[in-house]
Amino acid sequence: MDAGDAAWVLASAALVLFMTPGLALFYGGMDRSRNVLNMLMMNFWCLLIVPIVWVTVGFSLAYAGAGEYIGNTDWFFLKGMGISAEDAGGDGGTLLLAVAFLGMFACITPALISGAVAGRMKFAAWAIFVPVWIVLVYCPVSFWIYGGYWGEGVVTGFLGARGSLDFAGGTVIHINAGIAALAAVMVLGKRRGWPKEGSPPHSMPLVMLGTGILWMGWFGFNAGSAFAANGTAIQAFLNTFLAAAAGGLAWGIVERLKDGHFTNLGVASGIVAGLVAITPGAGFVSGMSPIYIGLAAGLVCVFAVRLKFKAGYDDALDVVGVHFVGGLTGSLLIGFFADPEFFGGTNMAGLFYGGGAELLLEQAIAAVVTIVFSFVVTFLILKVLDLIMGIRVDEESEETGLDLSQHAETAYQTAGQRMERV
Amino acid sequence: MKLVTAIIKPFKSDDVKAALKSAGIAGMTVSEVQGFGRQGGHSETYRGTEYQIDFVPKVRVEVIVDDADVPGVVDTIVAAAATGKIGDGKVWVTAVEDLIRIRTGERGADAV
Repeated sequence: MDAGDAAWVLASAALVLFMTPGLALFYGGMDRSRNVLNMLMMNFWCLLIVPIVWVTVGFSLAYAGAGEYIGNTDWFFLKGMGISAEDAGGDGGTLLLAVAFLGMFACITPALISGAVAGRMKFAAWAIFVPVWIVLVYCPVSFWIYGGYWGEGVVTGFLGARGSLDFAGGTVIHINAGIAALAAVMVLGKRRGWPKEGSPPHSMPLVMLGTGILWMGWFGFNAGSAFAANGTAIQAFLNTFLAAAAGGLAWGIVERLKDGHFTNLGVASGIVAGLVAITPGAGFVSGMSPIYIGLAAGLVCVFAVRLKFKAGYDDALDVVGVHFVGGLTGSLLIGFFADPEFFGGTNMAGLFYGGGAELLLEQAIAAVVTIVFSFVVTFLILKVLDLIMGIRVDEESEETGLDLSQHAETAYQTAGQRMERV
Repeated sequence: MKLVTAIIKPFKSDDVKAALKSAGIAGMTVSEVQGFGRQGGHSETYRGTEYQIDFVPKVRVEVIVDDADVPGVVDTIVAAAATGKIGDGKVWVTAVEDLIRIRTGERGADAV
């Protein structure tokens, strides 16, 4: 692998890792002060357990072999992977780089779900849920879109092979985790007092900090997915920049018109919605398209987050409204905006770029398949966990806060509070 | 001896403190409180959901003075704390039965 390409992908992997703590702060700031440490821990847990699952079985199940539905065991425990140079029969470490880079994506995907279950899920149940979900949901869905590529050089996973496009994980990560979040809150139930008793964000500065980290990290997420420091990476970088800005503008302006003020939370949410929406198309759209995609995501999601009140599901921090809806919007819009000529690509073109409705249809099919599979399996995993150990904290813990009951920690000391060593 | 208690707007606490010092008051106790009277709270909106906050942050100033100094101190506080806008607060006077300076053991008027 070219040194420049490897350097960029290594840097991108580090950027993507940083997104999980960024997400933790983004969600943590939105949560109550009595639950912020629990939210942080749910996210950091993903960075602890997923790397282990990934290098032992996950990467192999998500990418190995030439199957249609799931990877084989060839790469369990990173078997056969090394860093010997190409002229010595090795690949210089390219496959290990893929393990590292893609492992970061595997870490953040379950972390996305944490925002929906905020404030009422037993940490022990979350801790078991994450690795189980990676193996039973993330790896299959990932294989369907990307499987076969790293072994065969061509995608054999049945959705990718049909021509559906997902540059950096709009379907595999955002639609997947987004709908899984819906399944999760349906098993878990509403927080006590929801929706009548609300809880506003306890620290907007943390939310904005998290947003900034996510935006910066997303350059690695999208542009790094070119797996090279080339023109596609450059365009993906620019797309990421523009879609975020457009999303933030759209959400901020709609809130200004609807609720009367231009808010930090609105702008932060719009930025994230834009970033989510451009993720599947980052290496497939050109010119002003990212602006349209970002605007559309901001516009659709600002209303999508209000759906939970009508439908009655307590998606605490709007994972469904932003990640599921944003991911779905962006994924379908590729059906309009994909521009293979710009990239010298062999994929289908979108409706506005000389293509027919075929690409749009494939995007829709991939979305529907992912939605049904992820929802059903996630629901079952949590139902079983609930039967075995109960996944919800008791009433008192929920009232006094999960930081204390789950982790024996408090985030903020009140003035005059005394603590003595035992 | 009397305890003069004032609930004032937080941004006025520096003015009140300075005015009391100029009037010769050597000490005071200040605490951050919340409350409401005729001034209502405010609302905040997060992702389209509106939240109502009934309480307004205020500062409580407490000064112990000799009976003779009470009218002067009350006037000083009112003059320094007033803005003319709703939420300026209130001042009240209560009796103090005994007063002791902890360091020296002085009691009564000597301890003021």
